[in-house]
Amino acid sequence: MNPHRTQRIAFSFLFAANLLIVALVVVIVVIIVQKGLPAITWQFLSDVPRQGMRAGGIFPAIIGTLYLVAGAIVFALPIGLLAAIYLSEYAKDNILTRLIKLAIVNLAGVPSVVYGLFGLALFVVFFKFGVSILSGSLTLGIMILPLIITASREALESVPQSFREVSLSLGASKWQTIRHIVLPNAIPGILTGTILGLGRAAGETAPILFTVAAFYLPQLPRSIFDQAMALPYHLYVISTQVPNVDEKIRYGTAFVLLALVLTMNLVAIIIRYKFRMKKKW
Amino acid sequence: MVIFKVESLDVRFGAIHALKGVSIDVEPNEILSVIGPSNSGKSTFLRTLNRMNDLQPHYRMSGTVAFEGQDIRTLDVESLRRRVGTVYALPLPLPLSIFDNVAYGARMHGLKNRTKVAERVEAALRQAYLWDEVKDRLLESAFKLSGGQQQRLCIARTLAVEPEVILFDEPCSGLDPISTAKVEEAMLKLKKEYTIVLVTNNVMQAARVGDRTAFFLSGELIEIGVTDRIFTAPRDKRTEGYISGKFG
Repeated sequence: MNPHRTQRIAFSFLFAANLLIVALVVVIVVIIVQKGLPAITWQFLSDVPRQGMRAGGIFPAIIGTLYLVAGAIVFALPIGLLAAIYLSEYAKDNILTRLIKLAIVNLAGVPSVVYGLFGLALFVVFFKFGVSILSGSLTLGIMILPLIITASREALESVPQSFREVSLSLGASKWQTIRHIVLPNAIPGILTGTILGLGRAAGETAPILFTVAAFYLPQLPRSIFDQAMALPYHLYVISTQVPNVDEKIRYGTAFVLLALVLTMNLVAIIIRYKFRMKKKW
Repeated sequence: MVIFKVESLDVRFGAIHALKGVSIDVEPNEILSVIGPSNSGKSTFLRTLNRMNDLQPHYRMSGTVAFEGQDIRTLDVESLRRRVGTVYALPLPLPLSIFDNVAYGARMHGLKNRTKVAERVEAALRQAYLWDEVKDRLLESAFKLSGGQQQRLCIARTLAVEPEVILFDEPCSGLDPISTAKVEEAMLKLKKEYTIVLVTNNVMQAARVGDRTAFFLSGELIEIGVTDRIFTAPRDKRTEGYISGKFG
């Protein structure tokens, strides 16, 4: 076969692979929107589930998910950012640092159901937080920690070394340099990583299964020690555990969850785009 | 009083022996030009003076460097760098406005009063011959300035910290002849108040502005003396060869 021919074949395979990915996303979104959108009414979004979750709305699940995501970020962002600053600015390249980096990579690969069991053992049982928003948030927080650390580290390391050197040469201390030069220029990247982490936390079922999720709780949680409903678990329940739930309600719930996650990703993309336009170097 | 007293300075980066037994005195209010081909150790010498080499991996030094009588290793590194400023080869503005670039160092050293900061910024920009060009656009990003303006901004930024010594590391290597002339003019005025060490790849620049000139080759100080003497009657064949353009 002549090289032009092989090139064309290779090219079409490469292109087809991409086409397949785009097609999958489009199909998923189209099906969910088509079947879910008709269910979206003000009542569906603002009412509690009724008649054994076969009618009414999903308001407690939406609120529960928002609480969990907020709780996870309150926990994971400060710790993740501090760890990232240490790794990118202070840590010397030695065995300890390499071990830490290895641990982070491995943490990212742990299956989410394992995080769920871990959260059950540590937060629910050992710390006696019970099955609660607190336990669920902490579990989700640990799960997205590696994501936030990695994204923050990349953002910090993308700030040119020369800026640090100039700042130090003017007699600024290392911490002043980080605080005034490195961090402000890394914030968009950190923010993007954080929002992607939020999206991940919002969509996971396994980590909240044993730590917070309520099967059916037609009221809003009153404190962080209460159980809560959450969208992904609610979707699982009405799809498999409760018979005769209208398809419209199931797809409506899926639509809301998908919209929530995609909106977060969209915000992350917009931030990144805006920053790229404004980037000064 | 001698500003820098460097005695048998040896610098290594891992296996690379960058400086070999260099001894130099830097006198107050002089421009000391340091010339030599690339990899001769002249920038390493400069970076040793305000301990910027400390940031390099595998850096080791022996011998002594005394700044106004005090061993630089015993000085607080932040105050050493405040008193010994640097201007680099490439203009490196910080990602801040023109005003904030110049104010940065002073602010980091605790200058808070707004009027005082503004005064300091204006004085530094005037000293660097940049004030008239930027006075109406102080809040714009420093990256909007031309290359030559950026380099003068970097000089102003160093001056605003009120150092005693300014180290210039090939400050004109990226500039056109007119911008170069402006920077040289600034240097000549500055030496009344500051001590200047100028590392340059441009032999003619050393001849134009240096009071004394030092010639480095492969990490060794070959010759140092009054600039006129170095350029008219070099004692070492290698110095003669370099300044007459036979090698390097």
